[in-house]
Amino acid sequence: MVPVSYYLTLSAVLFTIGALGVLIRRNALIIFMSVELMLNAANVAFVAFASVYEVLSGQIFVFFVMTVAAAEVAVGLALIVAIFRTKHSIDVDQLNNLKG
Amino acid sequence: MTVDLILFFIVALVAITTALGMLLSRNAVYSALFLVLNFATVAVFYLLLAAPFIAITQVTVYAGAIMVLFLFVIMLLGADALPESKVLPWQKPLAVTLALILALESVYLLFIRQTAAGGIGAPNAEFGSPQAIGTMLFNQYLLPFEVTSILLLVAMVGAIVLTKKQKGGQG
Repeated sequence: MVPVSYYLTLSAVLFTIGALGVLIRRNALIIFMSVELMLNAANVAFVAFASVYEVLSGQIFVFFVMTVAAAEVAVGLALIVAIFRTKHSIDVDQLNNLKG
Repeated sequence: MTVDLILFFIVALVAITTALGMLLSRNAVYSALFLVLNFATVAVFYLLLAAPFIAITQVTVYAGAIMVLFLFVIMLLGADALPESKVLPWQKPLAVTLALILALESVYLLFIRQTAAGGIGAPNAEFGSPQAIGTMLFNQYLLPFEVTSILLLVAMVGAIVLTKKQKGGQG
């Protein structure tokens, strides 16, 4: 029997690692993967609470989060490919065309 | 220490290690493969939490479809070992400090609130089964379910429009 706080702590740690990845990496693909990691951390918390309170809605929400993540990845990777075609780089520091 | 607890700690160790490996590896392909392993360990957590349907969906959708898409794009762009530009010298320590603050705050709030102190036992066998999820999805959550189909359609059209070559120009 695992206390639910363990799962929530794990979820918080995974979310923090994802946020750290968004902050310190410059490769757009890695930043994108970190966002996926954060979504997963939130899903773990959802399923943990669903299991504690025995309410199935938490698991349904995870289902919707996965759908949105799939759509987000499809559009995001298409954007990255389009950016790579024009700039020949996916380094987010290079994307400063609007800089005054 | 029950078997569940030992299993949890081992899998949690793997999950955190692979997340850090994803964060720290220089090669984007290694990052993607670490993330696949991380998604697999999260699927094991779902099994521990009595969510078998979500666990299988996690493996097929995340570790299967989404990460294959990632690997495909990494190899298509040849972006596996692009050099990273010079970063601001104070940015990395600041990011680590802020992340630590975030982690401490969230863990502190989780423990101070005492929202759910109980442990997770073994719920009845029906909980989280595909049948139960399907019944709920198609009754209570029918409208959101239909809306996600439109969302997926829009994403598909958007991805095609963004990547298709412009007529005449070099897109």
